[in-house]
Amino acid sequence: MEDMILYNRLQFAFTITFHYLFPQLTMGLSLMIVYFKWKFLRTKIDDYNHAAKFWMKIFALNFTMGVVTGIPMEFQFGTNWAKFSELTGGIIGQTLAMEGMFSFFLESSFLGMFLFGEKLLGHKLHFLSGLMVFIGSWASGFLIIATHSWMQYPVGYEIVENGKFVLNNFTALFNNPWLWPSYLHNQAGSLITSSFFVAAVGAFYLLSNKHSRFGKIFVKTGVIFGVISSIVVAFPTGDMAAKNVVKYQPVTFAAMEGIFKTEKGGSEIVLIGQPDMQNKKLDNKIAVPNVLSFLTYQRWDAEIKGLNEFDESIHPTNIPGLYYGYHIMAGLGTIFIAIMLTATFLLWKNRLFQTKWLLWILMFMIPFPYIANTAGWYTAELGRQPWLVYNLMRMVDGVSPTVSSGNALFTLLGFVGLYILLGLLFLMLVLKTIRKGPESQIALNN
Amino acid sequence: MEIFWFVVLMIMLGIYVILDGYDFGAGIVHLFFAKTEEEKKAVTNSIGPFWDANEVWLIASGGVLFFAFPTLYASAFSGFYLPLMLVLWLLIFRAISLELRGQVHNRMWELMWDKLFGLASLLLALFFGAALGNVVRGVNLGMVENGVSTQEAHYFFLALWNPTFDPLAEHQGIIDWFTLLLGLVAVVTLTIHGANWIILKTSSTLNMRLKTVIFKLNFVLLFLVILSAYVWHDVKPISLHNFETYYWLWIFPIIATVGLFGQFRIKKFTKDLSGFIYSSLFIFGSFGSTIASMFPILLPSTNAVNPSLTIQNVAAHEYGLSVGIGWFSVAAVLVIVYFIIQFKVFKGKLDDVGYGDH
Repeated sequence: MEDMILYNRLQFAFTITFHYLFPQLTMGLSLMIVYFKWKFLRTKIDDYNHAAKFWMKIFALNFTMGVVTGIPMEFQFGTNWAKFSELTGGIIGQTLAMEGMFSFFLESSFLGMFLFGEKLLGHKLHFLSGLMVFIGSWASGFLIIATHSWMQYPVGYEIVENGKFVLNNFTALFNNPWLWPSYLHNQAGSLITSSFFVAAVGAFYLLSNKHSRFGKIFVKTGVIFGVISSIVVAFPTGDMAAKNVVKYQPVTFAAMEGIFKTEKGGSEIVLIGQPDMQNKKLDNKIAVPNVLSFLTYQRWDAEIKGLNEFDESIHPTNIPGLYYGYHIMAGLGTIFIAIMLTATFLLWKNRLFQTKWLLWILMFMIPFPYIANTAGWYTAELGRQPWLVYNLMRMVDGVSPTVSSGNALFTLLGFVGLYILLGLLFLMLVLKTIRKGPESQIALNN
Repeated sequence: MEIFWFVVLMIMLGIYVILDGYDFGAGIVHLFFAKTEEEKKAVTNSIGPFWDANEVWLIASGGVLFFAFPTLYASAFSGFYLPLMLVLWLLIFRAISLELRGQVHNRMWELMWDKLFGLASLLLALFFGAALGNVVRGVNLGMVENGVSTQEAHYFFLALWNPTFDPLAEHQGIIDWFTLLLGLVAVVTLTIHGANWIILKTSSTLNMRLKTVIFKLNFVLLFLVILSAYVWHDVKPISLHNFETYYWLWIFPIIATVGLFGQFRIKKFTKDLSGFIYSSLFIFGSFGSTIASMFPILLPSTNAVNPSLTIQNVAAHEYGLSVGIGWFSVAAVLVIVYFIIQFKVFKGKLDDVGYGDH
């Protein structure tokens, strides 16, 4: 039983972590491509059209990876978490089925037109098909977060015979107080990934003195999108999401912030430190007194409950993991704001394209938004443990009763092998596309 | 209410089989019949702009199954754990080979993805046919041993095969001679279907040869269909029951027959669309006949202890199902609009689309 739960969890965690590397880029990138195409329609400068086409190629690769790694996600609800699916399917099945019907059809129908239809459609309709792809991908994110929000803060349900969850209020699923802050926070996070990605490719072109015209467009666009999204991800969306945790999952908040004991007279904010679970304290701590109380309640002396106030049976199962997930996300988020503000200032002063050291930093930032987004999702998911449906259904009660641990391990290993192969191929092709650059488009057209 | 969602689900699955069916079929044609680079290109061009949207029908059907019949979703997905995972891996391989092949111009690279694409398509057709066979044959619900359930009444787990490959054995496997036979029927059916699609969407040199292939394969299909109809009765004696009660259900076998025999005139068709219509009719008719023979059962039980899963005992509750009709109707209209737009944009032959030439 223990092994079985472990393998099922590892498989879901591994496949969803890998999967979400792709949608986080495509959701943000679709907006930026629509922006490039719009800019071309307004200014008639060809470079913007070539920029749009270049990013479409990267988009298409990511989209395919997102689709093929996304199908196993839907299947795994049934294959590995059958009991959970049986008991909650009447509710989360709604939002998941809506995702298929509303966003996947939209995305997939118009993506084909967007990728192959420029000549057939003309520029305006081509722009519209891009806009449809953007709407589809953001609708998909919305419905997934609606599902996620219901698990974090269940609403609109009643529990009937055999512990089945039954929907009794459809609109409650979309007025869920957990939903909008999480959704906007997540979308801002996705835009950070795409802005940093676009800026990094631009910085690479400028530093290597290739495709410099495009390098400038990419850096500029990446920095403008990046500064907005880096700020929005922290305030107001991150702030609102954190306040939801305080309100609805106080024990999770205590674990995230590493508060083992309630502090009288206000809580400090921990910047660095390692949780010591045996002695229930943080090692090597660097903290600023009273700031956490202020951020949470706007009062310096407000009391924040520590883990000691809650029964151990409802403590998150992996407190250090949760703590690190949260601190990595928040720490990187702060660094993103600092970098993007500096870049924006230099852009405004017309010095950014000559400031080599910052271009180097922008180029090497590529992996960090991915890490921050992943860490953020780990915070949300580890924070929900030991529950599948918060406060109502434990994770151990959700697994498939008939799938043995040996079979679960077999498929876990299969996914690991397959995804490593996929990841390598993907990297190879993206790097090749970047190396060839947007100019290859122009050559192709003439 | 359950009946509404049952019909919706079956229509969606039927559309999926017809649409992704030609994708798989094109893959099989690609593997066995496309010889030159131009012919291979014609095959991938014909499905290039569509395969992704076609696969959405599978995901969307899965979503509707999850939402409307959660108990069946939970039972079948965990019970058919291994084959479903294999299907997932094959779908992944198939999709990436289609997308990645054109990315690098190297003989070995292209050859590798060609073969993977064809093999994955072939195996998927075989698996989906076998899957239908499993649903028809039924499973040991509740995993009954010596007359006692060892699991909750609606859960089960199937190994990939048992040593006897006998569909009527006590411990069934996913693959036995009956499900394998239906798998073969699916392979031949979809090969014909895919070939018809290529004829419709391209003006390749392949097309003339494909007509001969279809003509010959259709005899094989006829033989396999007669054989499987014959043994079907041994595996599932009650299959004719619904047809004896509701005569109008005969429409499905009749449609299938029209599709099957119409295909023999392949060489005389003046319109490229005709063959595709006949193979679609055959798929629609035989899929419909299978569903009609089972209704209202969705997954039969092979033991006497636990009841079969029917649309009534696996459905979600009333409120959720009725509220779903609202959003589903809106979505269905939108889907139809997208499809009309998509088919208008990509109407006619697709030899020049340049799929995969990134």
